[in-house]
Amino acid sequence: MQTISVVTPEYAARHALRANSSCYSLWEILDKVFDPELPQVSIWDLGILVNVQDLHTQGVKVVVTPTYSGCPAIDVISADIIAALNGAGIAEVDVQVSLSPAWSTDLISPAGKIAMRNQGIAPPDSEVHCPLCGSENTGVISQFGSTACKALYRCHSCQEPFDYFKEF
Amino acid sequence: MTNTSNDALYHYVLGLADDALILGQRTSEWCSRGPFLEEDISLSNLALDYIGRARMFYQYAAQVEGIGRTEDDLAYFRDERAFSNLLINELPNYDFAFSIVRQYFIDVHACLYLEQLKYSSDAHLAQVATKAIKESRYHLKRSETWLLQLGQGTTESHERMQNAVDELWGYTSELFLMSDAETQLLSSGICVDRSELQEPWMAQVSADLSASSLAVPDQQWNVVGGRKGDHSEHLGHILAELQILQRSYPGLQW
Repeated sequence: MQTISVVTPEYAARHALRANSSCYSLWEILDKVFDPELPQVSIWDLGILVNVQDLHTQGVKVVVTPTYSGCPAIDVISADIIAALNGAGIAEVDVQVSLSPAWSTDLISPAGKIAMRNQGIAPPDSEVHCPLCGSENTGVISQFGSTACKALYRCHSCQEPFDYFKEF
Repeated sequence: MTNTSNDALYHYVLGLADDALILGQRTSEWCSRGPFLEEDISLSNLALDYIGRARMFYQYAAQVEGIGRTEDDLAYFRDERAFSNLLINELPNYDFAFSIVRQYFIDVHACLYLEQLKYSSDAHLAQVATKAIKESRYHLKRSETWLLQLGQGTTESHERMQNAVDELWGYTSELFLMSDAETQLLSSGICVDRSELQEPWMAQVSADLSASSLAVPDQQWNVVGGRKGDHSEHLGHILAELQILQRSYPGLQW
């Protein structure tokens, strides 16, 4: 199976922000919040979790950014974040949707790309490999797949159709 | 910000929101009627991108207006004459060729327009543009591919594409017309000078039409008025379908 690409500078910057955060445990709680349309990829791995801040007496502030303008999942994700933090005993949670910096596939973590492939979705890359047999001999069927963030591809080696998470 | 310029900003953003909503709603009519399954999904996703874009603009317009109206109030409770979308967005889909050519004309324009809006002195508009331009670039790849395929395809596909180009041509001049609000905001660097986009748009469209074996129309007629609320008979029908639920049950939520 092909290797996963190296860490992008965009992901490295996110990783540094999280590593230097004074509320590391809050980030870990949110590792259990997944994208409803990609059930094995957490919002952290997908790059839509931008920041977590502990405002102490004023609760916790979470900033997320949508993948696409019309992403219908963002309301569900916000509700899931509140539920996860409420479950950890934090009553006051403020989820803000920020458009800046604009989401891009460069923000996705290496673990997120592996999780996508394990789910049968080819992760964003300059070369689209079949997530099932690893072949590079693939072609586009439709530029939009089951959701706005995916395109539909076909593997010419094993003949299977698959979703490709579009480089964006 | 003075009241006058705040009013101009509201009307400017509202125009962008109406453009996105009406095209999104129109495109969504293809859902379950696409020529084949994958294309049906593409059209529905395209519509969704535009509805998302409309929401970002309506939310901001509501905030700028500052009298407590929401994005839903602006989308569902304004009448036809209050809608300021450009006419090209409200024309019916007619056939697949027409929808593709319309989308292609709009995609070329959107890429040029949003590239400039990214540098707006209004930070919020700059953020929306930065997000939306990536989507429009992707849309353009798709509509350009279809333009080539259908323009050079069968005799029938070529004829339908040429008919669509000829029919839509007179509606494209409005894309480059500055509204009163835009003229007012231009010096502050908030909006984009549409008139400057006509030349690069024409250059790219002419080249792509030629490459697709389609002729650039030499007709001189054009229709304008959408920004001022002067619409074709088609807008009332699309609003009826879009608004009926909220008009019948105000405040209804999913």
